[in-house]
Amino acid sequence: MSFIIRGRVWTYGDNINTDIISPGQYMSLPVEKQAVHAMEAIDPSFSEKVQPGDILVAGHNFGSGSSRETAQMVLKHHRIGAIVAYSFARIFYRNSINVGLPVVEMADTSVISEGDELEINLLEGKIINHTKGTEYKGTKLPEHLIEMVKLGGLEPYLAKKLGIS
Amino acid sequence: MGMTMSEKILAKASGQANVKAGDIVWVKVDIAMMHDLLGPWLVDGGFQRLGGKLFDKEKVVVVSDHCTPPATVQQADILKFTRDWSRDQELPYYYEFEGPCHQVIVEHGHVRPGRLILGTDSHTCMAGGLGAFATGIGSTEMIGVLLTGETWLKVPETIKVVWDGRLPHGVYAKDMVLKTIKDLGHAGATYQTIEFSGSAISELSMDERLVLSNMAVEAGAKTGLIEPDHKVAEYLRSKGVTEEIDMISSDEDAAYSRVLYYNASELEPQVACPHEVDNVHPVSSVEGKAVDQVYLGSCTNGRISDLRIAAQILKGKKISKNIRCLVVPASQHIWMQANKEGILDILTEAGCIVNMPSCGACGGFTSGVIGAGEVVMSSSNRNFRGRMGSPKGEVYLGSPAAVAATAIEGKITDPRKYLPKEVMV
Ligand code: SF4
Repeated sequence: MSFIIRGRVWTYGDNINTDIISPGQYMSLPVEKQAVHAMEAIDPSFSEKVQPGDILVAGHNFGSGSSRETAQMVLKHHRIGAIVAYSFARIFYRNSINVGLPVVEMADTSVISEGDELEINLLEGKIINHTKGTEYKGTKLPEHLIEMVKLGGLEPYLAKKLGIS
Repeated sequence: MGMTMSEKILAKASGQANVKAGDIVWVKVDIAMMHDLLGPWLVDGGFQRLGGKLFDKEKVVVVSDHCTPPATVQQADILKFTRDWSRDQELPYYYEFEGPCHQVIVEHGHVRPGRLILGTDSHTCMAGGLGAFATGIGSTEMIGVLLTGETWLKVPETIKVVWDGRLPHGVYAKDMVLKTIKDLGHAGATYQTIEFSGSAISELSMDERLVLSNMAVEAGAKTGLIEPDHKVAEYLRSKGVTEEIDMISSDEDAAYSRVLYYNASELEPQVACPHEVDNVHPVSSVEGKAVDQVYLGSCTNGRISDLRIAAQILKGKKISKNIRCLVVPASQHIWMQANKEGILDILTEAGCIVNMPSCGACGGFTSGVIGAGEVVMSSSNRNFRGRMGSPKGEVYLGSPAAVAATAIEGKITDPRKYLPKEVMV
């Protein structure tokens, strides 16, 4: 996972939960088939419109609900670059870092509009809005997780820890 | 400064005398639990790439519950993968077709006070009802736990929720937890533990305590804890646990981030309305809302005491012609007990359909999902859009009593109407 992400914004509201991101009834399908249904309850055109590198910007409590990592899997399948939200649900935040999906918390995401071009620096917690010519402060990646993220997520980190190349 | 239960359990799990909220600790896991849908078929790739050796197979528990019985070929494939994996790994504890994982691990004695339990399911926090620190993790994180038996955790702050007083007739733990979630908000306890205490909590049966801890995550909490007491000890003894039980408790001078006080005697039946669990209102304000399906089951409220209440309400009555009522006991053991007590006959005669113990329609997986425009009154724990099937459906949550009363009228109903008046003493 890179520490600098640049992409175009799609905006969402509060409480985008895991049943919205990854509905239960499709979870047993292969990821490419599940991904077609990602977010469809609130945004039926999601899977057609998102482009690799796009950034999702949302309000409170993104990813609440289930511990299903299929939520990260479908977003990664669409090659979402990062998620910026006012706050994340705990398990979702943890899972995202573990699988290398960048997540950044920011105090007031309503200042970002759909279509804006953002550049996020994960180490510094800096978010530049190139469309609006403004800069915001986001949360930095937690200290103890930097090495893991540098290596590309939990699996490569474990490989190193266990001495497996 | 004293320690909370969470701090004590995480201190022990990290081999330290003292830890405090905010510390990041590496912990040794006592039980790693996976279910079929978020378990072996998702973790096996990474697990094999990293050596494929379990840290301790006695501490790994796998429960097939989400895909049972399989409704599609894909689910059957996942189930087969899970079964084969568990056999190949020679797991001593693999359960299938026995009921939702959270109930199964409690009934089989895997959950004990003071243990650290991580599971690939957000409602793993239910084990906190017996005083275990239990929380949900993702499948990738589980790979690390399976290989090393360890992971990192941030020691959470604790919100203390005190319920004193005596619950009125027709009001249950489900109503208490819905009211608590309403007040905390669906993210109000994020990164924190909720510790339930007070005289009304001590009065609750084991079945009812598990409702509180099960739903802690609906306020965003990491876990929901209840101090173990003699009821927990007796329960574990009845399940064949002979080892010493760690009667862990928070110190009197432990630090809490917040304390909420409630008087149980003032509580009325509550209902969570679509599409968030904190959208809670007294039953009186949603009474009369027509429903298409009633769902009595899940790891939240499919236990024997729940079925007994429903049977008490439905005995000699018929469910509304306009609805179907699905009953899903939370385990095979509960199914058998209900059968022995004649409860299944009462419910079936009333027109209910009794399904096998599984996750079923609770998460929109099998048997009983809803279509566009349909409304469900459910005893489960989550009412998100699309949770039980169509994103155009609606899910209301209430106590098993409210669910049973709703089945009779075909519209959301105050259960007190159908419960015999309390005997005054
Ligand atoms: S019964 Fe429902 S809440 Fe419980 S584990 Fe199954 S799907 Fe999850």
